[in-house]
Amino acid sequence: MCQGESAQSTTSLCQCSSFGVRLSETPGAGPSGRRHPTSRTGLSRRPVAADRSIIGRAPQILHRYTTASLHSARHPSYPYQRNGKYTILTTSHVKELRSLLPHPTSILTTLDLEDPATATSTATATEDDLAFYNIDWMGKYKGRSQVVVRPRSTEEVAKVVRWCHGNDVAIVPQGGNTGLVGGSTPIHDELILSLSHLTAIRSFDSLSGVLTVEAGAILETVDSFLSNQAPEPGFIFPLDLGAKGSCQVGGNAATNAGGLRLLRYGSLRGSVLGLEVVLPDGRVWEGLSGLRKDNTGYDMKQLFIGSEGSIGIITAISILCPRRSSSTNVALFALPTYDACLEVFSQTKKHLGEILSAFEMFDKASYDAVKAHGGIKGRNVFEEQAQKEARFFCLVETSGSNAEHDAEKLSNLFESLLSASLILDGALAQDASQSAEIWKIRELCPESLSKSGKAYKYDLSVPVEKMYTLVERMRDHLRGNERIKGVAGFGHMGDGNLHLNVLATEFSDDIQRSIEPLIYQLVSEYDGSISAEHGLGAMKAPYISFSQSTNSIELMRRIKEIFDPKGIMNPYKFVLPRRDE
Amino acid sequence: MRPTLPSLKYNILVPVKRSIDYAVKIRVASDGKGVDTNVKHSMNPFDEIAVEEAIRLREKKPSVVSSITALSIGPPKAADTIRTALAMGADSGIHITVPESTVVEPISVAHALKKVIEDKKFDLVIMGKQAIDDDSGSTGGMLAGMLGWGQGSFASKLEVEEGGKVNVTREIDGGLEKVEGKLPMIVTTDLRLNEPRYASLPNIMKAKKKKIETLKPEDLGLDFTPRFETISVSEPPKRQGGGKVESVDELVGKMKEAGLI
Repeated sequence: MCQGESAQSTTSLCQCSSFGVRLSETPGAGPSGRRHPTSRTGLSRRPVAADRSIIGRAPQILHRYTTASLHSARHPSYPYQRNGKYTILTTSHVKELRSLLPHPTSILTTLDLEDPATATSTATATEDDLAFYNIDWMGKYKGRSQVVVRPRSTEEVAKVVRWCHGNDVAIVPQGGNTGLVGGSTPIHDELILSLSHLTAIRSFDSLSGVLTVEAGAILETVDSFLSNQAPEPGFIFPLDLGAKGSCQVGGNAATNAGGLRLLRYGSLRGSVLGLEVVLPDGRVWEGLSGLRKDNTGYDMKQLFIGSEGSIGIITAISILCPRRSSSTNVALFALPTYDACLEVFSQTKKHLGEILSAFEMFDKASYDAVKAHGGIKGRNVFEEQAQKEARFFCLVETSGSNAEHDAEKLSNLFESLLSASLILDGALAQDASQSAEIWKIRELCPESLSKSGKAYKYDLSVPVEKMYTLVERMRDHLRGNERIKGVAGFGHMGDGNLHLNVLATEFSDDIQRSIEPLIYQLVSEYDGSISAEHGLGAMKAPYISFSQSTNSIELMRRIKEIFDPKGIMNPYKFVLPRRDE
Repeated sequence: MRPTLPSLKYNILVPVKRSIDYAVKIRVASDGKGVDTNVKHSMNPFDEIAVEEAIRLREKKPSVVSSITALSIGPPKAADTIRTALAMGADSGIHITVPESTVVEPISVAHALKKVIEDKKFDLVIMGKQAIDDDSGSTGGMLAGMLGWGQGSFASKLEVEEGGKVNVTREIDGGLEKVEGKLPMIVTTDLRLNEPRYASLPNIMKAKKKKIETLKPEDLGLDFTPRFETISVSEPPKRQGGGKVESVDELVGKMKEAGLI
């Protein structure tokens, strides 16, 4: 499953501390009543130290996990007990699966049993081989599945799912495993269904721009196919994000990934024209339409987009791909106040119109972190004075089809910004490498902040004019707390998507308590969303009620029940069942 | 003690070439005689370094650098490249215009530069050691030869002392070589000489008001007709995709088949 925020690479491992803590510390604060039962018996398989601390009191143990200890106990505190209704997989199950998927590399399993008849072992993998599938890329979430299946066609996916449905086997569908909220790794021992062998590009029509591609194709591969394909090169995938080299387009659709091209090309909900989905009972829902318009009943594909593998497995998508822009420009502005950012945002939209393709913001704290950690090559972008006075930076990207036309629009914008003294200084990239360097500053914000302290990270959607108020309120709230090193904000201003980072000296439940649930309450107060583009996964599932009404959640549960009455799809995540179930 | 040379002021000329952006993936044109030029162009990176170095020389000693002129030979769009140099800090531009997709060979460029230098009195020419499109790397040397000037090529460090002594550091195998010269002189820039600055918005706006003189080859009494004809341009052979084998025996078999063992 793939997620939007590009540069969350190397997000602090220690974020693993937060999950269980949040749950145990926010009773009655929003998610109350929606907390999943946290039976202690479910903890028996966890490391002793973790058990003790969780059972004892609050799970303080978590912040003591360092990188070194992650290998032994990566995610000790996930509070959901394994649900006994799911079958525990054995070697005989593996044999049945093997008859469904005859290709020798389709099943990876650590389940081992010597077959006396043939003297061959059923195991095809070691625990290390499966770590790639069991552990998310940040090392934050760790499952312990013993079986990974990698079907090679939609029919094979359907066969496996039908078999799982018949045998009550829980499934985690997995794409590139690049998500940030633990949605693509098992919580316990769920079977992992990897889409990585479904990579075919089924068709591309250069007249309509409609591409039909299988779910496991890597985003970057697809994008470069569109860019270079004969006979007519020059198309673009309407989504781009930092994980593009690993994430898969099926996962992108399943998580409704946002990313860097959203401002220009909109959400995947607009660009995806059709889907092919294997339903939780193994039937195939054929919805691979190439139609842009189709008002016949409910738009079923929308249910699957962003469903995070909870009601079906996307095996192919058809998506509308625009022409790649032949002219792009990147500019960076230094600004004194957030109000100036808002005014520049408004002016930019007015002057650039349809060529505006990104509007990103980062504050001085973020910039300084990037600078401190070597992300800014050589000299500063701006003159010394402007550099000193700047409190905010805005990155503007244009994508158009006519360089002269774009240059003229930009020139008008610059004139207007300079004459109104809205900006302290600005720079316009003169070539592609300068564009890349400017983008790099923005993309390195998350990573550099993680290096500057223990970073508590929040991906929030708030009305753009309130975006920084949120950061300031958190800053005021935490002022005087000597264990807080700073509060930084950056994000996709064009989309009203803030990435708020609280930098602390350590991960502890005290600190966490001082941030949460306040931050979610503030977001709720501004009618925002607690997860803008990262999804719910395991991390935010318990907090859904801060962004969704009781009625919504109830409807979501009913949808889940209609599609997946046995509850085998990606359990313990997303929309959680009522606590009494 | 070495005698101090009399102080002098000097004019800098920076030739800049509009070339395909170095981040662009090059494709062979459909006629097989060149590359697809309908892609992003920007200033040749070595020339960008040359512009930066000229500006730094002036920032260090504002009183001795009288002027910095950026010159480009190219189609109408080469004016954008001159504007970039002006936005970085050059004072004025000279644009020798040629029709779109005209190939101007290094020898023609050197002749044109020589003519301009003689007409307008430049004392120091800082230029890229090569352009990344044709990789000839010969204009600097030809120009120095034609003018009979000293040349410091592949400079990774440049100092101009008061009085006109020029110290150039060059990166060579296993170390650094220092050469000395005296104005007038040609210096060609290497990658590590400096890191070019960003063009700031106020400077981009100011650059719009700076003067660019436009000339035609005929105005200089020059003929740019190429001496070479490109017969064909082709892509490097495509890498053959690998295959997967199911067993060691099969692998050994395939290797034998290929005559590798």
